[in-house]
Amino acid sequence: MSNKADAAVEPVPTPQRLAVDVRNVSLTFATGDGKVEALSSVSLQIADGEFVSFIGPSGCGKTTMLRVIADLQQPTSGTLLVNGMSAEQARLERRYGYVFQAPALFPWRTIEKNLRLPLEIMGFSDSEQRQRAARYLALVNLTGFERKFPWQLSGGMQQRVSIARALSFDPALLLMDEPFGALDEIVRDHLNEQLLQLWDKTGKTVLFVTHSIPEAVFLSTKIVVMSPRPGRIIDVIDCSFPRDRTLEIRESPEFLKIAQRVRAGLRAGHSYDE
Amino acid sequence: MTNSALALPEPVSGALKRRPLVLRYAPIATIVLVLIAVWYVAAVLMNLSLVRDGFEREETPYTVSDLLAGTMSAERPLLPAPHQVISAFADSVFGYAPTAPRSLVYHSGVTLSATMLGFALGALLGIALALMIVHSRVLEKSLLPWIICSQMVPILALAPIFVVVLGAMGLQGLLPKSIISAYLCFFPITIGMVKGFTSPDPMQLDLMRTWSATQRQVLSRLRWPSAVPYLFASLKVAITISLIGAIVAELPTGAEAGIGARLLAGSYYGQTIQIWSALLASAILASGLIGLVGLAEKMVGLRMGARP
Repeated sequence: MSNKADAAVEPVPTPQRLAVDVRNVSLTFATGDGKVEALSSVSLQIADGEFVSFIGPSGCGKTTMLRVIADLQQPTSGTLLVNGMSAEQARLERRYGYVFQAPALFPWRTIEKNLRLPLEIMGFSDSEQRQRAARYLALVNLTGFERKFPWQLSGGMQQRVSIARALSFDPALLLMDEPFGALDEIVRDHLNEQLLQLWDKTGKTVLFVTHSIPEAVFLSTKIVVMSPRPGRIIDVIDCSFPRDRTLEIRESPEFLKIAQRVRAGLRAGHSYDE
Repeated sequence: MTNSALALPEPVSGALKRRPLVLRYAPIATIVLVLIAVWYVAAVLMNLSLVRDGFEREETPYTVSDLLAGTMSAERPLLPAPHQVISAFADSVFGYAPTAPRSLVYHSGVTLSATMLGFALGALLGIALALMIVHSRVLEKSLLPWIICSQMVPILALAPIFVVVLGAMGLQGLLPKSIISAYLCFFPITIGMVKGFTSPDPMQLDLMRTWSATQRQVLSRLRWPSAVPYLFASLKVAITISLIGAIVAELPTGAEAGIGARLLAGSYYGQTIQIWSALLASAILASGLIGLVGLAEKMVGLRMGARP
């Protein structure tokens, strides 16, 4: 598994199945004061098993990008394949799990019932639901909290529940929209490490939107730097740290070099704007 | 990471915040006492000329204390004193068998059954209308104006029409009263439930979409539970309205039984004490009904993980 990250550096990797294939996708919103180009002919190929971070200032379309892939929004033009099928079909076949900025747990359900909600909707059997709820709660270290209600948990724990919920039906693709944005630095570091282990264990493809450069560099195999007005991709950076990296790599010169390149990309996008 | 380190601290025990019983009920007791005092003063002032005229007509000599005593015990006072109302109320509640036509329990029971049936019909209608409005913009545009119009016509004008029309269709007794009561009480439920069904967070709705949930699943698992707090708020308003509706419906129907019938009979014969004790009965009924809805709300809240 660990040499896959190395493979990403090679110019032409052995033909892998693409988890996400975005070609010339544009999305224009009609707002009160004219049209806003949220995405301007964006193209991006993401291989199976990658961890891709989207970074950029607010309004650069990174969240829109994720929502388009999730079929929560439809592009104005361009083609888009998720797991080799259309975004709508991928959504209907429940091929991805989505984690939002906020945990968005259902306050009237216990933690276990929250985890079982997507399984209920998808028609899993009762025993299967119970089994999976237990397994995925254990995966995010929350065994013992089954009968608690969301308000009895801290923000970090709630977000872990929402990650477990997104994983519970075992989708190949995990879409995460600034999942740790509202958490403090220390909790965030912990969750970053846990997420990385989770990714390593499950081998899923993760698409991760963030504001934080260290977070992006630490987590990713590939960093997509975006810039606003119109939303577009200005740089795609490969990150070749081993899959079982630890927080210590953040002190390494290589880490700093990549962070530097991300920052330069962000700055370039910004000055272009002004 | 230890789980306990991230857990919220246990909420401060309620006993610390709870004040002694006497202190908690002191404000409300004070207000009740003040109201009773005002009521007595008003009874004296309003009944004074009535009592004096009585003495003068019979040409009996009277003193001030005779006058005062008279205002407290007149048979048909303009405003009966509180103790007169209470004793008449107690008489008509405990003095007769609960099925006797003079028993207030009997009359309350008649009105209560119309109220409950009307409330049930109104709640069903209110929720059904809200569901239609939430799920279809066409229905929202076509239904909502009529729903609002329906509440602008005074029920006192409509009630006799209802009774006549329903009577012509062979419906008599409980049902016409319940329908009038339902007509009044569905409105707050519709308005509350439209708000409730549209209250889920956009993020929660998006989540349901990512799981490609059906409309019915979104309704049962998200919209309906989100609407529960709105449901109880509107049920509390609706249940008092449906009681009022049932009483009003008894006026033009010439009903022989029910709180409305007691009020009507009382005003025909100038039996103010009877009117007031019927009013007292309806007030007690209304608070009991609201209390019941509140209790149901608490129980449902506990099951749905409300903070204690």
